[in-house]
Amino acid sequence: MIKFSGKTVLNLNINGENLDVVVKPSDTLLYTLRNELGLTGAKPGCENGDCGSCTVLIDDWPIKSCLMLTVEAKDKKITTIEGLKNAPIQKAFVENFAFQCGYCTSGFLMVCNSLALHKPKANNHTIQEWLQSNICRCTGYEEIQSAIKSIINNEI
Amino acid sequence: MIPFDFEYYKPQTITDTIKLYHDLDLMGRKPIYYGGGTEFISMARMHNVYSEAVIDIKGIPELNIHEMKDNELIIGAAVTLTQIAELNLFPLLSLTVKRIADHTIQDKLTIGGNIAGTIIYRESVLPLMVADSDIVIAKKDAVDRLPLKDVFNKRMNLEKGDLICQIIIKKEYLNLPSIHVKRTKVEKIDYPLITMVALEKDKKIRTAFSGLGGYPFRSSKFEQLLNSNKSNKDTKIKDAINSLQSFITDDLHGSSEYKKFMLHNMLYEALENFEEGNK
Ligand SMILES: Cc1cc2nc3c(=O)[nH]c(=O)nc-3n(C[C@H](O)[C@H](O)[C@H](O)COP(=O)(O)OP(=O)(O)OC[C@H]3O[C@@H](n4cnc5c(N)ncnc54)[C@H](O)[C@@H]3O)c2cc1C
Ligand code: FES
Ligand code: FES
Repeated sequence: MIKFSGKTVLNLNINGENLDVVVKPSDTLLYTLRNELGLTGAKPGCENGDCGSCTVLIDDWPIKSCLMLTVEAKDKKITTIEGLKNAPIQKAFVENFAFQCGYCTSGFLMVCNSLALHKPKANNHTIQEWLQSNICRCTGYEEIQSAIKSIINNEI
Repeated sequence: MIPFDFEYYKPQTITDTIKLYHDLDLMGRKPIYYGGGTEFISMARMHNVYSEAVIDIKGIPELNIHEMKDNELIIGAAVTLTQIAELNLFPLLSLTVKRIADHTIQDKLTIGGNIAGTIIYRESVLPLMVADSDIVIAKKDAVDRLPLKDVFNKRMNLEKGDLICQIIIKKEYLNLPSIHVKRTKVEKIDYPLITMVALEKDKKIRTAFSGLGGYPFRSSKFEQLLNSNKSNKDTKIKDAINSLQSFITDDLHGSSEYKKFMLHNMLYEALENFEEGNK
């Protein structure tokens, strides 16, 4: 049986690297990424699962890191925005002007990256289903949709 | 951030889990089972729940089963809503879970957590109600398979330490004609104004609802009136809705009058769709 109590050193696989980090069982993954590892790409917004700005990939699926305990990520593959190195969706966001203030962007990029990976032929309905997990306060939804559509073989 | 500390346990068997829960309870640690954790974390952050020992149940193999066996669909309580939607073995359940929270949260939220949780909507219960599902519960001294209707009355009637292990649905229910409709106040992603599931078995329509009142329900009286042999659809629907009169409540999502109006239209369309399908 796995047990964590008090502060523990945990080895996490993040962006292809194995990193040791000190965690408490009550730390959320969002907290650990930002405050212990300096990976500030995942943004705190609502911290309640509503906005998606904290989204990261766990075993390649999008997860809101404010709703995950860091200890749950043991033995999982974690990908943050810092781990996307010139992914096609990043270029597509630039080319389609898919951000304004940029606060929501890392969350949207992680969702779009996972969508392109799992559903390379996604139709409009599926794209909307996935994108509805995130909020853009600057309302750049049209441009974000154009960006994802430009990389997943879909008619714009 | 969660404003209190706790110990985290991840047991690998049902027996260890039940024993651990009761041992920790005796020690006054206020143990809590942890599935997807979406409710636990959001409520803990707001001081609405407290525990000194969180027991993550996702390491138990029986709770991760998701397969057909002996003409039954078995879904472990730790299976996520995304896994249910992707495998799509029970289309009515898939449609329902695809409208719970949002797509990313569905990657984390477990079916057991949605059924056992404290929020009143528990939408994934609805398809299980109309499909006469069974539920496997591990108790202190035994593991029981029970009809959902015997253990779900407004909410799951669990005793302290009871663990929901599996949900079982007979194959004959999986592909019957069915309908899912979720209406929200404004946004597509929201708790329901009304969620309705309907399933046709032996020429009778079964229905279950969330959002109309304070808990998910299925009503035999309602179904009897809806399936009456009166020829006028509007009359049947009015009679059925009248039987729920005192149950339909005003809330933040809509007034009871508005809900009745919406429900009438939803039922009308559903009856038409079933009729169309039977032609
Ligand atoms: C932004 C957001 C939107 C949402 N929208 C909806 C919606 O539209 N409709 C809807 O129905 N739900 C919705 N939910 C989901 C709901 O509010 C709960 O968060 C969710 O159902 C809990 O599931 P979980 O697996 O994360 O449970 P957890 O947080 O792990 O557990 C919830 C409770 O159930 C208990 N529990 C968990 N598993 C078991 C088990 N196997 N046996 C016994 N007890 C158990 C836990 O001890 C805890 O008390 C939403 C949630 C969020 C965060
Ligand atoms: S900060 Fe996690 S969903 Fe808003
Ligand atoms: S670009 Fe500003 S919130 Fe989306």
